[in-house]
Amino acid sequence: MNMMSDMNSATACLLQMTDEHFQLEDYQSGVPRWCTGCGDNAILAAVQRLCRDEALRPEKTVFVSGIGCSSRFPHYMKTYGFHGIHGRALPVAEGVKMARPDLTVFVNTGDGDCTSIGAAHWIHAIRYNMNLTVFLHDNQIYGLTKKQASPTSPIGTKSNTTPRGSYLEALNPLTVTLGVQNVSFVAQAADWIPEVLFDIVKAAYHHRGLSFVRIIQRCPEWLPKALDPWMHDPNKVLLLNHANGLQASAGLSRVYKNQIEHDPLNIDRAREIASDTETIPVGILYNNPAVPCYEDLRQSDKLRTADLTRAGLNAELDKYTVWPQGAEQKVA
Amino acid sequence: MNQMTKQKPAKKAVQKPKAATSVKAPVRLKEHIVEIISDSGEGAQKCGQSLGAIAAQMGNGIWTTEIIPAEIRPPARSVAGASGNRIRIGSGYITNGGDETDMVVAFNEQVLLGRVRAKELKPGCTILLEDMWRTHADPKIVASYIETHDALVKAGYKVIEIPMERECRTMVADPRRGKNMYALGMLCYIYSLELKLAVDQIVLAFGKKDQSVVDSNIMLLEAGHKWAAANLDFCYSIPAVRSTEPQLVVNGNTSLALGVLASGMEICAMYPITPATSASHYLSEVFEKVGGMVHQAEDEIAACAFAIGASYAGKCTVTITSGPGYSLKQEAIGLAVMGEIPLVVVNVQRGGPSTGQPTKMEQGDLMTAIFGSHGDAPKVVMAPGTIEECFYSIITARKIAETFNMVVVVLTDAALATSQQPFPRPQFNESWMAPPVDQSPVPAGAKPYDWDDTTGLARRFIPGQPGGMHTLTGLAHDRDSHVAYDAEINEQTLRFRSLKLAALQKTLKAPKVFGDPKGDLLVVGWGSTKGAIEEAVEMLRAEGKKVSSLHLQFLQPMAPGIKEILQGFKKVMTVESNWSDRPDDKIIDESNRRYSSMAILLRSRFLIDIDCFSEVKGQPIKPGTIRRVMLEKLKK
Repeated sequence: MNMMSDMNSATACLLQMTDEHFQLEDYQSGVPRWCTGCGDNAILAAVQRLCRDEALRPEKTVFVSGIGCSSRFPHYMKTYGFHGIHGRALPVAEGVKMARPDLTVFVNTGDGDCTSIGAAHWIHAIRYNMNLTVFLHDNQIYGLTKKQASPTSPIGTKSNTTPRGSYLEALNPLTVTLGVQNVSFVAQAADWIPEVLFDIVKAAYHHRGLSFVRIIQRCPEWLPKALDPWMHDPNKVLLLNHANGLQASAGLSRVYKNQIEHDPLNIDRAREIASDTETIPVGILYNNPAVPCYEDLRQSDKLRTADLTRAGLNAELDKYTVWPQGAEQKVA
Repeated sequence: MNQMTKQKPAKKAVQKPKAATSVKAPVRLKEHIVEIISDSGEGAQKCGQSLGAIAAQMGNGIWTTEIIPAEIRPPARSVAGASGNRIRIGSGYITNGGDETDMVVAFNEQVLLGRVRAKELKPGCTILLEDMWRTHADPKIVASYIETHDALVKAGYKVIEIPMERECRTMVADPRRGKNMYALGMLCYIYSLELKLAVDQIVLAFGKKDQSVVDSNIMLLEAGHKWAAANLDFCYSIPAVRSTEPQLVVNGNTSLALGVLASGMEICAMYPITPATSASHYLSEVFEKVGGMVHQAEDEIAACAFAIGASYAGKCTVTITSGPGYSLKQEAIGLAVMGEIPLVVVNVQRGGPSTGQPTKMEQGDLMTAIFGSHGDAPKVVMAPGTIEECFYSIITARKIAETFNMVVVVLTDAALATSQQPFPRPQFNESWMAPPVDQSPVPAGAKPYDWDDTTGLARRFIPGQPGGMHTLTGLAHDRDSHVAYDAEINEQTLRFRSLKLAALQKTLKAPKVFGDPKGDLLVVGWGSTKGAIEEAVEMLRAEGKKVSSLHLQFLQPMAPGIKEILQGFKKVMTVESNWSDRPDDKIIDESNRRYSSMAILLRSRFLIDIDCFSEVKGQPIKPGTIRRVMLEKLKK
């Protein structure tokens, strides 16, 4: 009788799990302190919608970030969050994922965080290809420290450290990422096209491996006009369509007529598209689900129980033990 | 030509005395220090390790020290290129490498010269010197050999030329492989060690390869033994009592790695750095068998961040490094302190600052360990003093890290890392391991940082725990882990994080004094100097001096009861291997003298005038040196 009721409650629990629904409010925490019109708000809305649609369990979801405006992101999610130090979001997220592959791990990082101070980790994170969804919030400027040029600032950007305009050509995060061995997913979105932003966030989440999403976003405070040429001329946006990627909706196609077919498995073409700085390609540039994930390669098939530890330790100790005469190998 | 003809009868002479060997009575010794040195790649290290293991099996106390050149392949026959092993063998328990060397086996005169110049050899000690260079084709080498040989003889060393190469060549084609076993055979004779134990060592080392390698090595071993018996006019015995308990013979880095395994930790994140890496090498292989992984990160910072991520997610992780890597990790360590994430950081100290002396020992990172990372970042700092303590300190460190949600730094050094000393084989205890990751729901209303007002402790919420969702942040934060814009909260939380050290301190026991609890002079030490300090104290006590020593394993927090101990002595000084200004330097006086790290800590905490002696030569401080320093201090 007791057993029956146990089984019933177990079944009920299972049913409850599969039947669980979440509302947007279940993922919302605090009032974002980003500026009005900041692209981060659009990213937050898309990600919260993704969590609701995919019914991600809040306690099994972790958002890891570094430092910068974008890295405040986890504070506004009602999931687990890790707001760490500048540039190191990726290695922290890798540690989380390696220890706990059961957790869904997202990374929010800015252009300074990822492509400058954390650049080494970025390259290697692509190579490890762990199952992480990485959002590069790229507003082409340091915001939190008040307007310094970042590696992705277009040449000539006037900032507090480059009052006469920045000196160097901007770093292109897409070509860099696409140049790293083991790259498995690269996409680009723009904060002012929320429909595609959401579709890309969703595709990135479903990709198994490191999905790298560069989101071009506006900074209304420090570079309010920088993206105007692209925002005001839809033809300067290039939508990437493919049966294995995204398909522009009819509504979207009425505004964004500049579209091409691009097979996300074609890395050479992806690199060509990524190199174009006149137009902003939006969509999935590359998606190869066959690249192995580091955590799968490194995950042990052994559950480290006390017995296994004891046996393993004793086997090692045996190699280096000097036994008293006549008592060899008698230790349990 | 002349030399060639000379050589032949010598060979015959080797064969002849075999039958006529008169049994020489071994001279009984209490202890002896022997070293075997060669160019790298000639196997002197292996020979020394085997000798140590054999002596340990005989029941002798041993302490082995690796002699490592700084480069992977220093030029052959170079003064700075000595590679090998130094073994102190004794009748009783040996706690350190001891003083100068009593006997050397050298494969060439140049590496020997390096050791002489480093003042590592006892004046007049016995040198067994490979003689192949006397007949070498290159006249420069011949001249250099003869010059060095004659100079050493003149200086009073007892130089015995040994035809190792020639003898080996009669048996094998390439004496570079196997000459070390010939030397081992000689040493087994000299120290009256059972040859069978040496055979066992060879089988253990080469058994997996193929039988012909084993056979050829055994043949050389036996030949070396026979040659020594026939040609040497001395041999020793160092009486030993076989232990009744199984003993483990490993170096400090292996001991550390075994501790990681025994502690239940499953992830080690690291970046290659001398002299720490061998611990991770060993773990890499062990984890393949037992489960777990060594993550070789892209850099030291990433290694630390990876470890922090894994620890945050519920699996306490270790990162193992040395000085330069430890410096790089500072910001990440601060994050773990701020977020109260358990983390074990091992720093196998080497000579610093900067790249310093990568293969040499130093105790220069104590201050960085305690005060490192900006702001007030309280962390626990421990230092094992023996190879055995390397094993247990990791288990303790993991436990403290998880109980107090703190960073625990374990300081060892290059000397502990590469030395071997037998200790009782550990018996695994399940309580050493971490409990499974807590995934139970968090009670309604519970806060992620609900600091206890007395101890500063708070229960940690681990991802996966329903109801525990919060964002951990390196920013100042309140009990809800919300960013604190209120200055008041920042100060309160500094207090809580600091209180945890006091809470830990309350659980520690007063350290034990080595010697009487009261007297004229107390020497305080920490880390790898333990054995040498205690030996010096023992020598002086045997001479009737009222001296004792205190060795601290917990450096932050310091155990209770230390002040009372210090007050029991007329004079107190530390002995450390980190820099302190020399009081006799022209411009050094009490107003500007920089003391050694531990001395500074003790002086500031206990307001006692504590002196220090330090030596930073990249070598362990010798017991004889400490004895001399203590005698001087007693006189002052």
